[in-house]
Amino acid sequence: MTFGIKSTGAYLPYRYLPKADISKAWGGKGARGEKSVADVDEDSITMAVEAALGCFRTVSRSDIDALYFATTTAPYAEKQNSALISVACDLLDEKVFTADVTSGTRSGTNALRIALDAVKAGTSKNALVTAAETRNGFPKSAQEASFGDAAAAVVLAEGSEDELLASVDYTAFINEEINDYWRPADEKYTRHAEKRFCDEEGYLREVGLILKKVLKDGYTAADFAKVVLVSQGNPKLVKKLLLKNGFEETQLSTTLTDTVGDSGSAQALLGLVNALENAEIGQKILVVDYGSGASAIVLTVLPGYAKRPAPQIAHYLETRAPLDSYARFLSWRGIAKAEPGAPYKLEPSWAQTWREQRINLRLHGSVCKKCGAALFPINRVCDCCGSKDEYEEFSAQEEVGKLYTFSIDEFAGQSDDPVIIQAVAEVSNGAHIYTLMTDFVREEVKVDMDVEFTFRHFHDLGNFPNYFWKVRPVRREVR
Amino acid sequence: MKKYFKNKQIRDEVAIIGMGCTKFGERWDTGLSDLIIDAAFEAFDDAGIQASDVEVCYFANTNAPNNCSGTPVTDALKLHGIPVTRNENWCTSGHIALINAILAVSSGMCDIAMAIGAEKLKDKGYAGMGIGRGLDPVREARRDAPGSFALIAEAYGKKYGYSYDDIKTALAKIDIKNHYNGSLSPKAHFHNRLTMEQVMAAPMIASPLGLFDCCGTSDGAACAIITRADLAKNYREDPIYIKGFGCATDMITPHYRPREFDWSSFEALRNCAAMAYDMAGITNPREQIDLAEVHDCFSITEMAIYEDFGFSKRGEAIKDINDGFFERTGGLPVNVDGGLKCFGHPVGASGIRMTYEIYKQLQHKVDNPERQLEDVHIGLSQTFGGPPQIAACLILGNEKG
Repeated sequence: MTFGIKSTGAYLPYRYLPKADISKAWGGKGARGEKSVADVDEDSITMAVEAALGCFRTVSRSDIDALYFATTTAPYAEKQNSALISVACDLLDEKVFTADVTSGTRSGTNALRIALDAVKAGTSKNALVTAAETRNGFPKSAQEASFGDAAAAVVLAEGSEDELLASVDYTAFINEEINDYWRPADEKYTRHAEKRFCDEEGYLREVGLILKKVLKDGYTAADFAKVVLVSQGNPKLVKKLLLKNGFEETQLSTTLTDTVGDSGSAQALLGLVNALENAEIGQKILVVDYGSGASAIVLTVLPGYAKRPAPQIAHYLETRAPLDSYARFLSWRGIAKAEPGAPYKLEPSWAQTWREQRINLRLHGSVCKKCGAALFPINRVCDCCGSKDEYEEFSAQEEVGKLYTFSIDEFAGQSDDPVIIQAVAEVSNGAHIYTLMTDFVREEVKVDMDVEFTFRHFHDLGNFPNYFWKVRPVRREVR
Repeated sequence: MKKYFKNKQIRDEVAIIGMGCTKFGERWDTGLSDLIIDAAFEAFDDAGIQASDVEVCYFANTNAPNNCSGTPVTDALKLHGIPVTRNENWCTSGHIALINAILAVSSGMCDIAMAIGAEKLKDKGYAGMGIGRGLDPVREARRDAPGSFALIAEAYGKKYGYSYDDIKTALAKIDIKNHYNGSLSPKAHFHNRLTMEQVMAAPMIASPLGLFDCCGTSDGAACAIITRADLAKNYREDPIYIKGFGCATDMITPHYRPREFDWSSFEALRNCAAMAYDMAGITNPREQIDLAEVHDCFSITEMAIYEDFGFSKRGEAIKDINDGFFERTGGLPVNVDGGLKCFGHPVGASGIRMTYEIYKQLQHKVDNPERQLEDVHIGLSQTFGGPPQIAACLILGNEKG
C-alpha cells in the first residue's frame, strides 16, 4: 500500500478576459494571453465546489472524511468556508473533518501536505483538498492583468498502485517571512514591494532554495518528466530558475498562466492536475509552489492512472467564452459597482437558510417511498398519493437534465447581470427544478437541451452570501 | 372536479345593484384612501345607498404596506362596527372579495354586502411588480411575473408545433386588440393604439413577451354593492344577476409541478371554469357567453385562458386570434375595455374592474357609447394569480333564467 492521489478535479470559469482588453482600457501596451474571470455569480466557494465535483467522478462522496479548502479569497473572513463547501458537495456531516487553509498563495500545497499527513496518520481515509482563488489587483496594475480565477482539487488516500493515480513520494517546505506580495485584512487589492526585490529576494531565491533541497535529497533534474513550477506571470524567471538548476525547458509543465492567469493558491494544484491529466505511467512529476517560502512535492504516476477519467482542464479551456467588456469585469469585482437594479422583494432569514440547506446547498428533492413520485424541493406530502413523511431524499447534483421550458428574461436581471434565463429543468426521476440558467449562449438555448447543475452565488441579502444551484449547458461532463 | 352547491341553487339568487371604478393609471396625486373613496361613493350613488347601509365589507388588496387588515377601507369610508376584512389572493383578490360578498348575502347573513379592491402600486418606487416574487428568498430571488408566465410559450409551441414567430405574432394581435379597445375607454390607463410594427419593435421583457405583451402597473380601485336578487329591484330597474362563480388553486407552484402538467394548460383554470359553468348552466361557453373580461396580465395568459375556459379548442387559440374571433366585432369579444393590458392592473382591484365592465355592458350603460356592445346578456370576468396558481371567475347576466 502507498499514499498518494486518488482523484483529481479542476474548474475554469466560463468567462475569460483577453489581457489586451485591459491594456486597451488604460492605454498601455498590448499584453498577450488571457485571464480567467469568475462570473458575477461565482466566488471562491462556488469554484471550490465545482473543482471538487470533478473528484467525485472516481471517489464516492460518502467516502470523503476530510475536506480542506485552500484560498486567499474566502467569502467569509469569519465562519468556516469549508463547512459550507462540504455541505454543497453533499458530504456526510457526521463523518467529515473540515478546515480552511488560508492567507498564503501556498495554501494549496500546504493543504495537500496536511491532508497527506492525515492519511498517513490514519485519521483520514480519503481527504479532499480543494483550492480556489479570485484575487484582485489594483486597476491598471500588472497584477490585475496577471491574476486569474480558477480552482483545482485532489483526493489524498492510501491505496494500492492500481487504485491511485500517483504516489506522493516526497515533500519539502521552507518558510520565509517577507513582504513581497501581501493584502491587509480589510483591503481588496494585493499590494507589492519593488519588483526587483520581489523577484530577487522572494521568488528566485526561495524557489532556488527548494529546488536545491530536492536535488540534495536524492533526486536529479533528469528524474522528472514534468516540472510544475508556479509563476507570477514572468516566464523569463521560470526559465532562469530551471536552467540554473540543471533542468531543461522542455520539462516544464504549464500552470496555465497564459490562458488562466496566476491563480494564487490554486495555481500549483491546477498545474499538478494538468500534469496528471497529461502523464504516462511511471513518470515522476515535481511540483514547486511559492509564497512566504516555497514547497516541493514529488509524485510518481502509478498503474491506477490507466483508469483515470477524461481530462477536464483542456475541455474547460475549449468551452470558454470571452467577456466582452472590461467595464463589466470591474462591476462584477465590485470595483466600479453598477447601479443596483430593483430590490428583491423577499429578505432571507438565517434561520430559513439554515433549515433549508439540504435543498439549497445539497440540491435535494424527495421521492415518495409509496408511489415513487419525485418532487423538488423536498416535499413532506406526496402530490401523487398523498402519503405524509414517507419519502427519501434524492440529489440532483449529478443529473444531466433536459430544459423543459425557459424564458430569456431581460427584466429580472441586476444591472451587472442584465439578462437571465428563467429555466425549468426536468431530471431523470421526473422532478422539475426551477432555477436560472448561467453560462449560456443566448441563441443556443432550446427546449430539451441537456443541462447540468452548477453551484452559484445568488445574492448577499441578509449580509451574507446566499447560494443555490443554477443550470448551464453541459460543460463539466466530457461527452 | 368536485361538485359545489349540491343542495342549493346559486344562480340568480344574488345581484349587483351598484358599482364604481376610478380612473386607472399613474395617479401620483392620489392616495389609497382617495381611490377607495372615489370607487365606493360611485358605487353607493349607483346603488342609491349610504355607506351606513353596508353590513359587511370585503377588501381586496395585495400591496398595501405592512399588514393592514381592512383599515384602509374603514378609515377612508368611516364604516362603523361592521365586519371589514382584507384578502390577499394575488391577482384574484378582487374576485375573492366579490365571491365572499355573494356568499354573505346568499347565506342570509345580511342583505347588503360590499366588495372593494384598491391598489396603490405607484408608491412602490420602481416600475413593474418587482423581482423576487417567489416564495423562497434564495431559490426564487429572481422569479418575476413576466419571466414566469413567459414559460408557457416555449412549452406551448413545442406541444402544438408552433414556431416562436407564430406565437409572437398571435400575441401581438392580442396586444393590438386590447390597446384598440382601451383607446375607447375613458378610465383606462393607456389610450394609445398599436401597430404590428410597434409591437414587434418594442423592447423584450421576457421572451417572447415584449413591452406591449405586459400589462400596465397602475393605481386604481373598483367597488361593488351586492344584495339578494329578490331585493334588487327595490334599488334599481336593471340589477345584474350572478349566474355562477368559480375558484380553484393548483397543487404547488407550476415551476416545480411535474408529470401531467406541461405548461400549456392549468388545472386551476379548467376547474375554475367548470365550477362556474356548472352553477350558471353553461355547456357551450364559446356560444353562450356574449363577452368576457379575462386575465391578460400578459398576452400569453389571455391565450392560455381562451383554451382552458373553452372559448377555443385545444391548440387552436392562435387560429381564433388570427380569425379575429375575440375582437369587439368577433364571435366572443374579450377585454372590450382594454383589459389589464391597457386599462391597467392595480392587482386587488382588477377582478372588480372587470366585473364593472361586464355590469355596465349588460346594462347598456358604458361610459362611451361608441364601445357599447349590442345584444349582450351573459358576461364573464376572470382572473388568474400568482406564479400562476389560483384562478377565479364570475358569470353575470342581465335577466333571470
